[in-house]
This record gives sequence, structure tokens and C-alpha cells, in this order.
Amino acid sequence: MIYWEIFMAFFIPGIIGYGGGPASIPLIQNEVVNRYEWLSINEFGEVLAIGNALPGPIATKMAGYIGYEQGGLLGAVVGTFATVAPSLILMIVLLSILYKYKNSPKVKRMTMFIRPTIAVLLGVMTYQFFFQSYQNEGWMQTAFLVVVSLLLLGKFKVHPAFVIIGALFYGAIFLS
Amino acid sequence: MTHLHIFWAFFKVGILGYGGGPSSIPLVHKEVVDHYKWMNNDEFGDVLAIGNTLPGPIATKMAGYIGYQVAGWLGVINAVLATIVPSIIAMIVLLVSLSTFSELNWVNGMTSAIVPVVGVMLGILTWEFFIKAKKDLGWKFSIGLTIGSLFFLELLGFHPAIIIIILLIVAFLTTPKQSTTTEEVKQ
Repeated sequence: MIYWEIFMAFFIPGIIGYGGGPASIPLIQNEVVNRYEWLSINEFGEVLAIGNALPGPIATKMAGYIGYEQGGLLGAVVGTFATVAPSLILMIVLLSILYKYKNSPKVKRMTMFIRPTIAVLLGVMTYQFFFQSYQNEGWMQTAFLVVVSLLLLGKFKVHPAFVIIGALFYGAIFLS
Repeated sequence: MTHLHIFWAFFKVGILGYGGGPSSIPLVHKEVVDHYKWMNNDEFGDVLAIGNTLPGPIATKMAGYIGYQVAGWLGVINAVLATIVPSIIAMIVLLVSLSTFSELNWVNGMTSAIVPVVGVMLGILTWEFFIKAKKDLGWKFSIGLTIGSLFFLELLGFHPAIIIIILLIVAFLTTPKQSTTTEEVKQ
């Protein structure tokens, strides 16, 4: 029974949460705090804070941890499965259909038409990350990190892994 | 060997992607398009577009679909697990053992320093998409679509899925012009 509840609690945010994992956080909160009362709002906030301090997608971390709390390891598996599987299966089916006709001029045009919109979506995210950084650390630190990482990534083609690790060290030392 | 590559590619994405799923988009792009060359920029754009049109977390949708393209259903499982398992384990271990982790100053400093770097990676990807759009659609048309998208998404607050679906339908129903077909020969 608990596994069914865990499944439903994460299945619903997974299929109605548009805009990636972060957008589904309030929906997860609604299920686990308001409906099933597994966590208080404070505990939920704490889990969210720790989730944000760790790398990787946020929705699955929440599902994995809350599932684990409620139903052990199997609970963690059920929670993440419910978060990931429904939308992923839909995605694979849709893209497989699209790629069956990938050489048709119409499908090529469809791909081209949406590209500026994707650029805008990415551009908006870019802005949000910059703005978030400005709010966290002010414009001096933000500008410094932006310029350095732009040089490393764009000009010197350093692999993002090294830039990220470098930034983590910088943050641990200078932004703490 | 392929499975090892899939695992390694998405493991890196999972442990380097600070700031939730969207911050892993440029990392996935780096691994999948630049490094392993499993798909080209166009295909990646399609994956991103469909991924944004569907609900649910974006990082696992990308990982799962790319895993499927490269190695079938086993590839799906491999890629998704590589993306999410390391961070879930870290989360459980940390929450069970020490609940003050997120209050540590150096942890917050690390999280904070990564934000502008992700911004730069997203910015570079934005630029690449825009340049590609310009090449295929021409300046006028791509700037028009860009301004249009910006207007509907940000000023009127339309959901991206609606814009993408409308554009797909328009592209499907209208007839291609001659100028676009010459561009396609290079592919």
C-alpha cells in the first residue's frame, strides 16, 4: 500500500510538472506535505536545501530520498521510477515517430522552425542563472566568474568538468 | 564498450550538474554532441524541444532518450541510472548522517560559485542555437521568430509547449520555399 502511495505521490508531479524538475517542486510538496503528510513543511524545506546543495536533477533526488524515508530502498526505487518513467516513455515514443520521417522535408522544416524558440528558452535560463548569481554573490563576483568561465569554455575550450570543479574550489574558499 | 561510454557520459552529467536538471543541458550537449558524437546539433535541438514540450524532469528525459538512441532499452536504463543514482545515494547518506550539511558555509559557497558558470554554458548554447537558426532560416525569419517567442513566452507568459506545438503545426502545414531546400543539401 505504501508503495502505491509513493508511486502516486511522484507520478502526479512527474506528469503535470512542466518545465523540468525545479518546476515540479511545489507539486511534490503538495503531495508529500499536504496530501500524505509524510513531512512537515520545515522538513520538506530542509530536504530541498540539501538537494540543492548536491549535484544532479532535483526532482529525482527528492523522490529518491522521500521514497527511502517512507519505504526503504524499494520506496526509493518506486519514487524515482514514478518521477522518471511516464514522461520518458512518452518522449521515446514521440521522437521515434518523428525520426521515422526524419528525411522528409516537412520534418526538417519542423526542426528548423522551433530552433529560435529553443534559443529563447535557453537564453531565458541563462538570464535566470545570471540573475540568481547576482542575488547570491553580487555583481562583482558574478562578473568575475562569468568572464573567467567564458574565457575558459569559449576561448580555450576547456572541458566543462574542469571549469566546474575549479568553480567549486573557488566557491568553497572565497564564497564561504 | 558502448554501455561503458553511456554510463560515463551521464555519470559526469549527473555529478557535475549543479542547480537541478536544466543546468545539465549544456553538459549533456558537451558529452553527446561534441565528445561521443551520438547525435548532431539538429537532433539535440529536437530532443530539447520535445523534452521541453513534455512534462517531467528534463535531465532524465534527455538521458533516457539518448540512451535509447544509442543502445536501445538497456541504454535507457543505463543512462537514467547513471544520471540519478550517484546524487540520490549522496542525498540519502547525507540526510541520514548529517542534517546540517546545507548549512555549512563552504557547501553554500560551492553551490553559489557554480551558478554563473552554468549561466555561461547556457549562454554559449543559446548562441549556437541562434547561429544555427540564422543559417537555416535566414536573418529576418530567425530574428522574427526569436522576438516572437520572447514576446509570447516572457511578456504574455505562454507555456513553451504551446509555442512549440503551434510552430510544429505551422511548419507541417505550410509548403517549403525553394531557398530552404538548397540549404539542406549540405547535410
